[in-house]
Amino acid sequence: MRKRWQRRHIVEGIMKGLMLASFAVVAGSLGLILWIVVSRGLPALTWDMVSQTPKGGFYLGKEGGILNAIIGSLYLAGGGTLLALVFSLPIALYLETYLGDWRWGQYVRLALDVLWGIPSIVYGAFGFTLMLAVGMRASLLGGIFVLTLLELPIMTRAMDEVIRRMPAELEQAALALGSNRLEVATRVVTRQMLPGIVTAILLAFGRGIGDAASVLFTAGFTDRIPKSLLDPAASLPLAVFFQLGMPYPEVQQRAYASALVLTIIVLAISLGSRWISGRLSKYVLK
Amino acid sequence: MEAHIQVRNLNAFYGKTQSLKDINIEIPRRQITVIMGPSGCGKTTLLKTFNRFLELVDDTKITGEVLVDGRNIYDRDVDVTEVRKCIGLLAQRPYPLPMSIYENVAYGMHIHRMKNSRDEYRKAVRHYLEVTGLYEEVKHRLMTPATSLSIGQQQRLCLARGLAVEPEIILGDEPTSALDPISSQHIERLLLDLKQDYTIVVVTHTLRQAKRLADYVIYMYMGEVLESGPAREVFNNPRHERTRAYLEGQI
Ligand SMILES: Nc1ncnc2c1ncn2[C@@H]1O[C@H](COP(=O)(O)OP(=O)(O)O)[C@@H](O)[C@H]1O
Ligand SMILES: [Mg+2]
Repeated sequence: MRKRWQRRHIVEGIMKGLMLASFAVVAGSLGLILWIVVSRGLPALTWDMVSQTPKGGFYLGKEGGILNAIIGSLYLAGGGTLLALVFSLPIALYLETYLGDWRWGQYVRLALDVLWGIPSIVYGAFGFTLMLAVGMRASLLGGIFVLTLLELPIMTRAMDEVIRRMPAELEQAALALGSNRLEVATRVVTRQMLPGIVTAILLAFGRGIGDAASVLFTAGFTDRIPKSLLDPAASLPLAVFFQLGMPYPEVQQRAYASALVLTIIVLAISLGSRWISGRLSKYVLK
Repeated sequence: MEAHIQVRNLNAFYGKTQSLKDINIEIPRRQITVIMGPSGCGKTTLLKTFNRFLELVDDTKITGEVLVDGRNIYDRDVDVTEVRKCIGLLAQRPYPLPMSIYENVAYGMHIHRMKNSRDEYRKAVRHYLEVTGLYEEVKHRLMTPATSLSIGQQQRLCLARGLAVEPEIILGDEPTSALDPISSQHIERLLLDLKQDYTIVVVTHTLRQAKRLADYVIYMYMGEVLESGPAREVFNNPRHERTRAYLEGQI
């Protein structure tokens, strides 16, 4: 009796230790990444860095900033997220209303999950091939297009979950009061699903803005802020990549500053999304 | 007895299976009618034909008539939202709308534009919360989410929300089956009060509750109405063998 009791406690202790260790690894790496980015990037993060485009010799350590990449990234991820939203909402609704839990619905979900897992360089190569075929140059539009493809699976699956969690009884409750379909959709269903939708959008935006490989060939890189959809566009991940590749310490430091800017944007988005969905979901039926 | 709802030759189908078979009943005005019967006999289905909820289920078909105040609610020119405004529903489990307590009660009045000013809405919300005995419990937190209430309170909120659109008929599909005994008792008392002003139709699976509530009883079996009549007659003197068996607890 006593021996068994001891064994169970030893096993529990070991498991607890393992869990604690894995947690420490994760938290530790996150802390280390943040520490490196902040400690190396902060000294170089001047007002000029975020308010100016690169001037001549910027990549050799002369004046200028990464405004081109900040604006480019926001355009790219913003455009991609918007387009992904336009496509993913109907797909998710179609999945739910017409395919449901039927076999085809499962196939479509599986396909989306596979697409989710495909490395972004593959999306980049695919987009680049398409663009070559139609004779398009690297441009903001091309980048947005590829980011749309990249974000579509995440957003669609997230929306799909949101819609699936919508209880049918809630719609019935509203209908029983004499609501018409439009009132049910705009006043009840939207309020129930909004927190989930906001989360889905920001999740997809986060993936889009952090991705380098997919925009490498499709959006290109430029020192100017794009003026039209057909101009090439810079992006933060690529700005980090290019600056880090330079043999000058001050330029490498600026790479860390650029990474810091990107980190701050992503952090702001995830904190913002938590805050917004927390506020909105106060009323939501669990 | 004056009939508020008259059901004539009503048949209902889910796909090919028939769930209601040639139903002919009358439901008296401003009384409580209780629908009883073993589970799966079609009680919920019958209730759903009264507020045209059956058409929300795919592949259903209805033949026959349901007359409310002499008018067939399945007529082509009847507005289904008007039917449902006139006939409130208390579901098996409360589903508050994803809004505050206040907005839950105001919702129906808003969509039907029933009041003219903020103040009128406020007064009406307060009135219906008082009717359902909730006001004192929630008056300091009208703007908090309705989901923060207990299940019993939520069910009373759902009742208040339904009453706020000024229906004449209230349907209840086992409205106390998810509630604790105290909350159930509360709902039962409310229904007994409300029958002064409303025609009430309640499905119940407990015989005791039926005896406490019923003025009029409908007993169903396998999609048919075997027996209907004033509560005392049916309880004391059932005409049908199966009703007797059910009342004696053999089913
Ligand atoms: N959505 C549905 N699709 C197919 N058959 C259904 C559906 N809902 C109910 N039924 C069938 O109709 C019959 C009556 O069901 P119901 O009205 O829910 O019974 P009760 O409420 O008396 O338990 C049952 O045999 C049930 O299987
Ligand atoms: Mg039922």
